[in-house]
Amino acid sequence: MRIPLLAGLLTAALVAAAPFGVSAQLAADPVKIDLVAVLSGPQATLGQQVRDGFLLGVAARGGKLGGRTVDIAIIDDESKPDVAVNKVRAALGQTPPAFVVGPVFSNILGAIIKPVLESGAVMISPNAGPSTFAGASCAPNFYVTSYQNDQVHAVMGKVATDRGYKRVYLLAPNYQAGKDAMAGFKRFFKGEVVGEVYVPLTQMDFQADLARIAEAKPDAVFAFMPGGLGIALVKQYRQAGLETIPFLSTFTVDESVLPALGDVAVGLNSAANWAPNMDNAANKKFVTDFEAKYGYVPGTYAAQAYDTAALIDAALTATGGSTADPAKLRTALEQAKFQSVRGNFQFGKNHYPVQDFWLTKVVKRPDGKFQTETVQRVFEADTDPYAAACEMH
Amino acid sequence: MTLLVIQALNGVQLGLLLFLIAAGLTLVFGVMDFINLAHGVQYMLGAYLAVAAASVTGSFFLGVILAVLVAGGVGLVLEWAVFRHLYGRDHLDQVLATFGIILFLNEAVRVIWGSAPLQLAMPAVLSGSFPIMPGLHYPIYRVALIVVGLLVAAGLAAVIQGTRTGMRIRAGASNPLMIASLGVDIGRLFRQVFGVGAMLAGFAGALAAPLLSVEPGMGDNLLILAFVVIVIGGIGSIRGAFVAAILVGLVDTLGRGLVTDAAGLLLHGTAAARVGPALASMLIYLVMAAVLAVRPAGLFPAVPA
Amino acid sequence: MRLPPSVPIFLLLAMPLVLPLGAHAGYVFDLGARIAILGIAALSLNFLLGAGGLVSFGHAAYLAIGAYGVAILDANAIHNAAVVVPVVLAASLVFSLPTGAVALRTRGVNFIMITLAFSQMVYFAAGSLADYGGDDGYTLTARTTWFHAKPLATPYGFYATCVALLLGCYLLCRAMVASRFGRALRAIRQDRQRVQGLGINPFSIQLTAIAIGGMMAALAGALLANAAEFASPAYAAWQRSGDLLIMVILGGAGSVHGAILGAAAVVLAEEALGSVTEHWRILYGPLLVLAVIFFRGGLAGIGRPKG
Repeated sequence: MRIPLLAGLLTAALVAAAPFGVSAQLAADPVKIDLVAVLSGPQATLGQQVRDGFLLGVAARGGKLGGRTVDIAIIDDESKPDVAVNKVRAALGQTPPAFVVGPVFSNILGAIIKPVLESGAVMISPNAGPSTFAGASCAPNFYVTSYQNDQVHAVMGKVATDRGYKRVYLLAPNYQAGKDAMAGFKRFFKGEVVGEVYVPLTQMDFQADLARIAEAKPDAVFAFMPGGLGIALVKQYRQAGLETIPFLSTFTVDESVLPALGDVAVGLNSAANWAPNMDNAANKKFVTDFEAKYGYVPGTYAAQAYDTAALIDAALTATGGSTADPAKLRTALEQAKFQSVRGNFQFGKNHYPVQDFWLTKVVKRPDGKFQTETVQRVFEADTDPYAAACEMH
Repeated sequence: MTLLVIQALNGVQLGLLLFLIAAGLTLVFGVMDFINLAHGVQYMLGAYLAVAAASVTGSFFLGVILAVLVAGGVGLVLEWAVFRHLYGRDHLDQVLATFGIILFLNEAVRVIWGSAPLQLAMPAVLSGSFPIMPGLHYPIYRVALIVVGLLVAAGLAAVIQGTRTGMRIRAGASNPLMIASLGVDIGRLFRQVFGVGAMLAGFAGALAAPLLSVEPGMGDNLLILAFVVIVIGGIGSIRGAFVAAILVGLVDTLGRGLVTDAAGLLLHGTAAARVGPALASMLIYLVMAAVLAVRPAGLFPAVPA
Repeated sequence: MRLPPSVPIFLLLAMPLVLPLGAHAGYVFDLGARIAILGIAALSLNFLLGAGGLVSFGHAAYLAIGAYGVAILDANAIHNAAVVVPVVLAASLVFSLPTGAVALRTRGVNFIMITLAFSQMVYFAAGSLADYGGDDGYTLTARTTWFHAKPLATPYGFYATCVALLLGCYLLCRAMVASRFGRALRAIRQDRQRVQGLGINPFSIQLTAIAIGGMMAALAGALLANAAEFASPAYAAWQRSGDLLIMVILGGAGSVHGAILGAAAVVLAEEALGSVTEHWRILYGPLLVLAVIFFRGGLAGIGRPKG
């Protein structure tokens, strides 16, 4: 008899207190978040950045988001789509999460998005931003805090045109993201493509391609070569003495591979929505804290994941910590105001960011570590080309 | 024309790197009738050990030497702990056990050195380059690689053709039963072959480190390539491994361009853009399937079929 | 009288269907379906390997063929199993017959490698299907149906279907192994010349085995695509072919039910170790080594009298 009475009183107190902040009951009951990232195999470096960035974002708020404690389950997708689906389904079935943060790669995203959204959870991608869900198939409960993939490559196309390069040689791995990258580049590149080569994902040696580039004598090379491929390409590009041909790239010289490249990468250009040197208070705190805690320089993967924690924090603060009302939560996410490490942050109507894009350059810092730094803003408040086709219901 | 010559040079150089790995694999297979999937992780181990040893000693060459020795040592420890229990067992048991070792070593490397790729700088002596065609320099390091690869190949050939051990190895590859009945210490011969195989794979890894990315799992794809090489060449044959390695190297460097161009000529637009790269990726497998379809035992089978 | 070992296995697999599972139902059914699907694939490989001595290192190609069969029909709004299944089986034959005919020219390790080569071709071909997501894979719009019934729509129905198909494939394998065809297949493995002398054509017997194994694995691939509601070139990756081989060898290639044990052991070990540490492979690897050294004849051989 006493318990229902107590509960009644408590409920009354909660209802009364709700508008003024997080209720006592909600604060005690943690928000469940599943973090999906690749943590094993060759791509694990990127997954680690996402995990570290997100956990740092949570830790920076005292382990709470929007005043509520969080219960984070970390899921290694192993870079295998069907394994990812199974693990995510299992997690959805046990304690249904309010948010699923992840994954790193588009092919995993395509595999897990359906069960996640069907479970009613909000899905926030801290890195993968495929065109698939940016246009007609955009979804109310799906958010991207990184970029739409095409945008980053388009930056380099614009830069190539602005610099007056007439003849450009393109190089990418033979998979979907590689083809998308080249298409993205060509959107703003007005000159002639003198070679468009797709190399096998397992290729180790670029010597044959370098010889062809030397023969084609292009004004510039544009490459999209993530991970180990990029390391091999950049090293060998320098060794072949091709520095006279400007080397433009995306996701090829970023913080995830700079420690392995070292001096050979200094001066090379890339494109990004963020760089560690960005001059704002949120970013300074992020980079300092991140390096202090994890001992390496964060890349965009970590920065976007850190912003994802800030986004959830802002949205939950706006709803008073509640995730019960999907419509309210959606409004809160769409209009979330927080200090992004990129400066300002806002979503477009397809829930992909509308943001600035920068030309960046690799520098060696005084402490001997390497990072990318912004050179110039190329696009301002850029909306991706698919957003127009999105009609969010 | 110049381009063709340069591409041929690149093909030979890639082929020699493949040969260093395939040589050990084909010997272990041919002499001991042992399928060692862990050969690829020994290549990875060589690269990691070279990075570690070079940073401790401050010398690339000392680093490579130490890496080769330690890689050989690890190979012998594996032989003692695991492999010797599996000689004479079914091939499938060997596949399963050595696969377990792949998983273990790949993960151990991640635990020790982390997932992020590492770097090994070229030695200053070899870091120069010379112009080979307008706008393109050829790194001296790669020339050194070709020379070293040829020396190792010549050395192996000399040992196998000219020494008593070599004779036993040849005999073991073509008729394992006979050599055992002749009273040769099979255990010792196996350890020698195994140690040398592990050292060669480690050596290849150490030499490749300045050119490629040193990362966990870097040996996995190479293992498959090495198997392609020894199967095309004929199991147990050093000569076959050499010829096949060069062939695969040439096909990969020259063939990729040719296939893409051919697809561009025969098809047009998007079809060519899709078919060309897909075919280029399949190329060495097409070559292997073609060779095996015509010569089911490979080019130079050690055991006459 | 001893029960055949398959009886407890299938009783165990049927248990989740009758027990109240409460909140864990979704998890158990998903995990169970994975075991059953990979079990079908492993069974089919085990049939080639155990009975025929044909060690295929390219069996995952059929998983991708089955999965892409489902995906491509899905893109054309065809979901009825009455169409999907025959198409998938036919597609597997289009692949298995020519590649099998070439592969059968080789023996031993060369057979292993040539099957790998063919599966790599499937892998790269699937990755170049830009209309179906290329390397990113293809998300299904709906699961396969049976006319207007949707047996695969619920976790319970999906799991029940998978277990029923596994049982069907198991019984088929047993019947084939015991049949004249199975005896001829084993005889070819042991003494090819003699079989030829008896007037049996070894080539056509072995090719038939490859075709049947391929169809079974393609069926598993179709189920795999339905389970994940996703088709990906990764299904044909050589690592996946390796996983299937591991399941068969670990289970014990000598017995038909060993493949199911192997599939269950691999899936459960990954699940259990994965919850202990993200570096679970550092434990899993040595476990495989120990299993080889101490369990001769695989898991199916445990407890069986030696010799």
